[in-house]
Amino acid sequence: MLQIRCPWCGDREETEFRYGGQAHVDYPRDPAALDDRAWGEYLFVRDNPKGEFAERWVHTAGCRRWFTTVRDTATNQMRAELPSARKPVM
Amino acid sequence: MTVVSTNESSTEVAGLRRSPLAGRRDELAAAGVEGLRGVRLGEEPFLSQVNLRVLPASPAAAGVEQALGTILPREPNRVTGDEHDAALWLGPDEWLVVAPDGRADGIVEAARTAMADSPGSVVDVSANRTTLRLAGPTSREVLEKVCSLDLHPRAFRSGQCAQTLVGRAQVVLWQVGTEPAYRLMVRGSFADYLADLLLDAMAEFTHR
Ligand SMILES: [Zn+2]
Repeated sequence: MLQIRCPWCGDREETEFRYGGQAHVDYPRDPAALDDRAWGEYLFVRDNPKGEFAERWVHTAGCRRWFTTVRDTATNQMRAELPSARKPVM
Repeated sequence: MTVVSTNESSTEVAGLRRSPLAGRRDELAAAGVEGLRGVRLGEEPFLSQVNLRVLPASPAAAGVEQALGTILPREPNRVTGDEHDAALWLGPDEWLVVAPDGRADGIVEAARTAMADSPGSVVDVSANRTTLRLAGPTSREVLEKVCSLDLHPRAFRSGQCAQTLVGRAQVVLWQVGTEPAYRLMVRGSFADYLADLLLDAMAEFTHR
């Protein structure tokens, strides 16, 4: 069982969270201008690094807030994202 | 969001209400034990619960605080007030105002007037959850069997709350006293499950 740090609630068990996939996948500025290949890339293709990976998680059973965290896919070590790597979230 | 409630027949309706654990009142009361290793379980039905969303740094938040006479806690998982009149932190812009039965309409009206046209929402969610009260010297040990939070006083004290899992049920857990005493606010359809789970966890202390 992983312990995941919610930025609001602190360390909680993995079962309280749901996974939201790769972070910083921006919605295309002009979706209609994309051809099928580019649209498919946006929808389905994600990075799959061995090592640090910025991910979205949601604290479903707790405060229900989404946040971004950085997980090492080889060790499951997690850390907060550096402020410089952050993007504004609506 | 606008929620319209009619008050005219509320007294007649109140007499017909039936809380999720009404049929198990005697069973829960009989399961409790007193003494140094005591623990008690019961339902606190029909607490007034109002979900409040407002930007924490806005004039609207200050207005709501003034209208309700309650400070909205800005620190995560904290409670202001006491068990008769409280605001629980649910999120950075979300709180649960809890008061005794019959107060929801007044709280909604006061908060909505104070918010005026500011972004946010005030919704009576009293029917969403019922409340189980677990109290007694061994209540923390009972709860620790079915909840992964650190409930030791160094980490969780009276005046703190947490939205978490107890067994497989989502609850708002709120420590209301140092005895210790806890309120577990749970959706009605999970109330039987949670009562069964807690009775089972209590058995070690209550079997005579
Ligand atoms: Zn959280």
